[in-house]
Amino acid sequence: MTLILTPNIPDPDGFYDELLALHDGLSKEESDALNARLILVLGNHIGDRDVLRQAFEAAKPPPEDG
Amino acid sequence: MGYDLAFRLYPYAPVAAQGMAAQRHPVVIVGGGPIGMATALDLGRKGTPVLVLDDHEGVGQGSRAICFAKRTLEIADRLGTGGAMVDKGVVWNVGKVFHGDNKLFEFNLQPEDGHKNPAFINLQQPYFEKFLVEEIRRAQAEGAPIEIRGKHAVTDVVAEDDFARLTVVTPDGPYQIEADWLIACDGARSPVRTAMGLSFDGRVFEDNFLIADVKMTADFPTERWFWFEPPFKNAGQSALLHKQPDDIWRIDFQLGWDIDREAELDPVRICERVDAMLGQGVDYELEWTSIYTFQCRRMEAFRHGRVLFAGDSAHQVSPFGARGANSGIQDADNLAWKLDLVVKGLAPEALLDSYSSERAHGADENILNSTRATDFLTPKSEISKVFRNAVLELARDHAFARPLVNSGRLSLPCVYDGLPLNGPDAFEGPARTRVGAPCVDAPLDQGFLLDRLPGAFTLLTINADMPAPDAVDGVALNRLALSTDAHDPSGALRERYLGAAQSAVYLIRPDQHVAARWKAADAGAVGAAMRTALGKEPPA
Repeated sequence: MTLILTPNIPDPDGFYDELLALHDGLSKEESDALNARLILVLGNHIGDRDVLRQAFEAAKPPPEDG
Repeated sequence: MGYDLAFRLYPYAPVAAQGMAAQRHPVVIVGGGPIGMATALDLGRKGTPVLVLDDHEGVGQGSRAICFAKRTLEIADRLGTGGAMVDKGVVWNVGKVFHGDNKLFEFNLQPEDGHKNPAFINLQQPYFEKFLVEEIRRAQAEGAPIEIRGKHAVTDVVAEDDFARLTVVTPDGPYQIEADWLIACDGARSPVRTAMGLSFDGRVFEDNFLIADVKMTADFPTERWFWFEPPFKNAGQSALLHKQPDDIWRIDFQLGWDIDREAELDPVRICERVDAMLGQGVDYELEWTSIYTFQCRRMEAFRHGRVLFAGDSAHQVSPFGARGANSGIQDADNLAWKLDLVVKGLAPEALLDSYSSERAHGADENILNSTRATDFLTPKSEISKVFRNAVLELARDHAFARPLVNSGRLSLPCVYDGLPLNGPDAFEGPARTRVGAPCVDAPLDQGFLLDRLPGAFTLLTINADMPAPDAVDGVALNRLALSTDAHDPSGALRERYLGAAQSAVYLIRPDQHVAARWKAADAGAVGAAMRTALGKEPPA
């Protein structure tokens, strides 16, 4: 399977709003921990190791511009 | 508040009423901005007498609202000013989004084919106001009962049960006026709202934006360029470059909260910023500058007995998405036909409650969209900024992240889903023309569909013949009978109004919103839906 990198979430603004609302009132440490849990939950849902590896690639820091 | 005029269109003149006991008017509009003038024009054209009171003698200087959306142009077309706006305006479709030095992506607003009007034009607000007043002068010449009084400032309002009493101050002293109906189009600081002690609650955004409109003959393309974390010196957290008519360019810098307003408005300082943005050797003049902060808020109800609020007096949004003037014009469009029928005794006063509920629904949508855009531009916490910048980094290489980039969701007309004037939506037609939606334009064999929906109830039949009354309870019902064989050379009418169905009957309100639709209907069903749309009976 190929990692989906085209728009795939209906109501993207609503999704973004909900995602950030999760962090309301959290400290930096709590937010980091929430993000880690969230990645693990989503990773489990995806399940496919190959797709997950493609996601790791997509999320790596972009190369520095020359 | 005093301001300089761009166009002196209605110089002060004393009127006989200043020396008389309070005269009663059917409709008085306070505020001669675009919303007040559009409402006056619409009401006057329908034959309802209307008096506009403005505290100045014309249109204020400053570009202010510059971005007018297709729905506004469609409404303006119905009012007679659409052509002048599109002729004068700058049509644009392409937007580019940058993060620092990097171009992330570009988008194209080019609408699908088959619309009379473009998705957006840029036009300085004073031109729009001038075109409206010119159209009012034409309507007056044709007998429309509209009166404009310049420099007649309303300083106090007392709302009685069935009228409002106004104190008006002029260079020749004060006088009193009574209004059966009062429409407050007097802006975000609305003196009418204040006089009535009504609240205006919402969220204040802690940010300052600097507008520098510059005149230059540079050959930048006619596109909207938006920078997050701009690379040029002192540009703040975001910047915008956008073209207007007359070689004017709107430049916008997001300066943050803790600034010295006076210092930032110093032309020398502004020019340093502009120079850094435009690069060396670009000649320009500062045309208009301003620093603004903003709030997102609305009144709880836009109707208080005989007093109605429209435009910024009723709701205020951040400018991202061009939802201020564009939503105000939809207020005018929604209000004028309802008030006209109520004044003429053809609809119950309760119809005006639907003005409040429909337009409050629109205001909530606009506030939600502009709040989200503002939160993206000005992340409200460290983690919000981490996510914001992650979205921007991903958007450069991956299409999925681009819909999350939010520099303003451009104004689209509101659909009145689930509200009380809606009648039956009796077939699986296209979603975009569902009950509550504004009609979508379509090219016909001659001209465009929206030009055939001229501000009265219309029964549109497509491939359907049916006997229909000329009027329901005294309210005229126009008939527009089309067939896809004869009138739909492009197929757009079928696609936008029939979908998979072979025929359809649409009942369309004077503001071009769909009131009800069926595959086929009889006169009884049409009459019942029209009474629902007039606020007379609940939907069947």
